[in-house]
Amino acid sequence: MGATKSLKKTGNELAQANKQLEILSNGIFKDELPTFAKKIKETNQFPLRPRKLEILQINVGYMCNQVCDHCHVDAGPDRKEIMTWETMEECLEVIRNTGAHTLDLTGGAPEMNPHFRRFVEEASKAGIKDFIVRSNLTIIRANKKYYDLPDFFKKHNVHVVSSMPHWTRGKTDKQRGDGVFDKSIKALQELNERGYGMPDSDLRLDLVYNPSGAFLPGDQASMEKDFKKALMEDFGIQFHNLFAITNLPIARFLDYLIASENYEDYMYQLVEAYNPMAVESVMCTNTISISWDGYLFDCDFNQMLQLPVNSKIKHISQYNEDILLDRDIVISQHCYGCTAGAGSSCQGTVA
Amino acid sequence: MADQYYDPKDLRKFGKITEWSEELGNKFFDYYGAVFQEGELTQREKSLIALAVAHTEQCPYCIDAYTKDGLQRGITNKEMMEAVHVGAAIKSGATLVHGVMMMNKVNKLDG
Repeated sequence: MGATKSLKKTGNELAQANKQLEILSNGIFKDELPTFAKKIKETNQFPLRPRKLEILQINVGYMCNQVCDHCHVDAGPDRKEIMTWETMEECLEVIRNTGAHTLDLTGGAPEMNPHFRRFVEEASKAGIKDFIVRSNLTIIRANKKYYDLPDFFKKHNVHVVSSMPHWTRGKTDKQRGDGVFDKSIKALQELNERGYGMPDSDLRLDLVYNPSGAFLPGDQASMEKDFKKALMEDFGIQFHNLFAITNLPIARFLDYLIASENYEDYMYQLVEAYNPMAVESVMCTNTISISWDGYLFDCDFNQMLQLPVNSKIKHISQYNEDILLDRDIVISQHCYGCTAGAGSSCQGTVA
Repeated sequence: MADQYYDPKDLRKFGKITEWSEELGNKFFDYYGAVFQEGELTQREKSLIALAVAHTEQCPYCIDAYTKDGLQRGITNKEMMEAVHVGAAIKSGATLVHGVMMMNKVNKLDG
């Protein structure tokens, strides 16, 4: 139970993006199931085009203190891809001039980037309306040097979004590693103590739920109700919203699906749950994802599959929002993950 | 005909029953859908009832479907197993309560 090394470190062929894309384009998608392109053509939604840019999502590195079973980043302590300060400076220039209202820092554990705090301090001065840091919670308890993160977040009015697969220890630790649940609870309590997640508080604390296995997330509103009740009763913990996110069939989750012989069933489920309404507001239509080395992608998933934006602007150093918005979004069969049921994005459901 | 009676992949084809009798098939699925809507009982409660009945009916497709449904709703293993025990208790109780019939008969014939 629980991996300790990334697929990359163990030399697993699924660490290669092209191998993942090959799997997603063959097998059942050769003769049984329609490709995503074919599916969105049926509802006249091809090619998928951006609407308005609302979110800049920056992945500051793949290093993480955890090795979660289903990580689409294949993140872990052994990953060395870390954004340099030079690239961060290029990002800051973009942040100061963007039309996006949300800045979303992710990783890995973004806090493990050695320039993280300096970057947050500078970025918070840019006046972006919503400044998100995706924190895995355990990082706050991982080492003394991170103990003051809740105060740091508060000081810069950071919106904290944290993963929490379940309100029980067993299911959480199965997915994210032994001891993760207890550390996460402690971190949430510390955030609550600073005012994070309290009703009417401006210090936003949202949780992300993604299923612990080969099934889709349930109704976001009911899950939120269950999470709130259980976390309050058991630990006195409060938070604002729960985002239910579907696991996409890439990297470690794809490896898990294949190894557990759930891949075909899971893809059938995604295709059967296809919702054209979700396509309308799928995340890639309002987001630009920036990788640790400054390249631009339609979303964090395309970043992991090394599918860069279909634009002459490829890198943060050439950034031009108008030109970037005039592009066709790059798609493959993993996109079914964001259009199933009520849809899925880093902000939860979309339809 | 396949070389086995049950194939997990057949569950995906359930919707196709409408193809050979559209009106009745649609009526069934409309009814089915309506039953599982939130009502006086929550969808979560209905899912657990369905899981228990799936076991007493010993329907592999239903067990497959409502185990997955339970997981999707965040229902825990322990809750699911308790529901199965409810089904098992009713099922065994239903057997055992017929013991009264046997006792009645014995008492009548040999009392």
